[in-house]
Amino acid sequence: MSKIETTLGIAAAVTCALGIATAAQADDMSKKMEKCFGVALAGQNDCAAGPGTTCAGTATMDYQGNAWKLVPAGTCAEIKTPHGMGSLEPIKM
Amino acid sequence: MPSHLEFARSFQTALGSDHLPLGAQAGDPTEIAQRFNVYRNNVAYGLSRALARQFPAVERLVGTDCFAGVAQIFIEHHPPRSPNLTDWGVEFPEFLASLETLSTLPYLRDVARIEWARSRAYHACDAKPSSSERLKSLAQHHSICLHASVQVLNLATPAGSIWASQQPGGPAPPAPENWLPETVLIARRGVASMITELIPPEIACFLQQILARQTLATACAKAGPDFDLTEALVLLIRNDLITDINDGRMK
Amino acid sequence: MLPAKTGLGFKPEHFPAIIETQPDLGFFEVHAENYMNAGGMPHAMLERLRENYAISVHGVGLSIGGPDPLDEPHLTRLKALCDRYQPESFSEHLAWASHGGTWMHDLLPLPYTAETLDIVCDHIDRLQEVLGRKILLENPATYLTFAQSDIPETVFLAQIAQRTGCGLLLDVNNVFVSCVNHRSDPRAYLDAFAMHAVGEIHLAGHDSEELPSGPLLIDSHGKAVSEPVWALFGEIVSKFGPIPSLVEWDNDVPDFATLFAEAHRAAQRLEDTRHALAS
Repeated sequence: MSKIETTLGIAAAVTCALGIATAAQADDMSKKMEKCFGVALAGQNDCAAGPGTTCAGTATMDYQGNAWKLVPAGTCAEIKTPHGMGSLEPIKM
Repeated sequence: MPSHLEFARSFQTALGSDHLPLGAQAGDPTEIAQRFNVYRNNVAYGLSRALARQFPAVERLVGTDCFAGVAQIFIEHHPPRSPNLTDWGVEFPEFLASLETLSTLPYLRDVARIEWARSRAYHACDAKPSSSERLKSLAQHHSICLHASVQVLNLATPAGSIWASQQPGGPAPPAPENWLPETVLIARRGVASMITELIPPEIACFLQQILARQTLATACAKAGPDFDLTEALVLLIRNDLITDINDGRMK
Repeated sequence: MLPAKTGLGFKPEHFPAIIETQPDLGFFEVHAENYMNAGGMPHAMLERLRENYAISVHGVGLSIGGPDPLDEPHLTRLKALCDRYQPESFSEHLAWASHGGTWMHDLLPLPYTAETLDIVCDHIDRLQEVLGRKILLENPATYLTFAQSDIPETVFLAQIAQRTGCGLLLDVNNVFVSCVNHRSDPRAYLDAFAMHAVGEIHLAGHDSEELPSGPLLIDSHGKAVSEPVWALFGEIVSKFGPIPSLVEWDNDVPDFATLFAEAHRAAQRLEDTRHALAS
């Protein structure tokens, strides 16, 4: 591929992408965004907002010293994992 | 009388042990430990909840009791090193991977990586997208400046799909026979719209080249024969993720 | 300076209701450490709030009462935040939160001694030097006392104000919580308090546990302001006139209407005082 052809290819791709992106922004993306805690949920966006600060006390006086159950007992029970997961083991870094 | 430094050291030690801080007293001396427990609780509970707010899908996956236990161990090993709590937790994905009790959930580390990246994206610097006119000047020797929120994760597990399954109204998690590695784009459009999207590996490769400030020509070449530049540009433009074009002469 | 009206602690979940209803409030207070990152929604919200309201920036992480020197990067971030938003007030706590580079993220108590008085005054001098403004220092809620303390809290705070020129933030709930916990009289505490230095009042709810010797109150910020605290607040403003007064609610945060009703109750009390002073 010559340089000129590549440049023309890029120009065409940009023009094409601008056309598609503008149309796409209007419809399906807005729904996708909303699902991803977008503008509509911005106020309650605790999850993405991160911890923030704690400055108040808690009356929960038995927090420490509990025998913590380190056994997972959440929604992970609904997710089946394949047999022989060797290749899916977390990568050790 | 202990110095203030000695006092603070003793207080800090006492928070994580059965000791009491130097000089601690109460009208009824039998109540000192109970009263000091309020501080123990506040620190442990406050930090545990802060971690859960940073990693909500991880908490949903393992359950609140298990998460609280994991958090307590994490706090011991990696306490916050900054007054900004959103800086805290970068070690959490690898920490999860190191816990033997959670080794049956091989995707947990990757879900945590997604949530950490989302937090980075949520707080990343604001920047206006490039205009259409500017985009039309794009040429192969240019590099592209992406929004500071843009991150690409190569995940060995289908953690992107699993993360999505944990969101309100999310799709079902993938069946075991469909388990594949995933590449995920995490970014923010404008001030508030969070993007957490599965992308094809060749687009992930292209974006990683662009993030490393390679030229468009190099990034396209590295992305391989299946790469579709239009598809990549649509993804970036519709999400307002191109903030500038660098022709190399500006530097 | 904050207006001598009532304010509310800003909670992001209330942002839509605030923008929609533009409630009549004197100011909003935000925790400095929630606005330490580069961009995104937190700053977008604060900028929008700033357009319509006075802002009080309330730090919770500087560890003014700790033995270590203040964290210089954090001072720089606080300065940048104040430069960006030009808040009417900046306040912090008489407490410590970090030591040896580790942050506990709680407001921990300190003994009141000649040594700690020097440390706190040095820290406030440094803070005020960096910010280029006078700060307000808040009295803590405490659950324990320390044998080495030989200065009463009210005297300690008055001396800090005198030596550094800083103002004080009088948290009436903290006064009540500490006095009940240490079996002392909140009115005696308030009589000894350097009221001339007070630039803001805080009101909040607390929880209660039962110990063998009686109640242990916890500064939980998780419910409505209690009646004894309202009574103390009423006595303070009728004696000293309207003071900028904030209602804090940080745990189990209710809807905005409920929070605004609390602020309204405080506003009513300030109005009554204005009328009484006018007649």
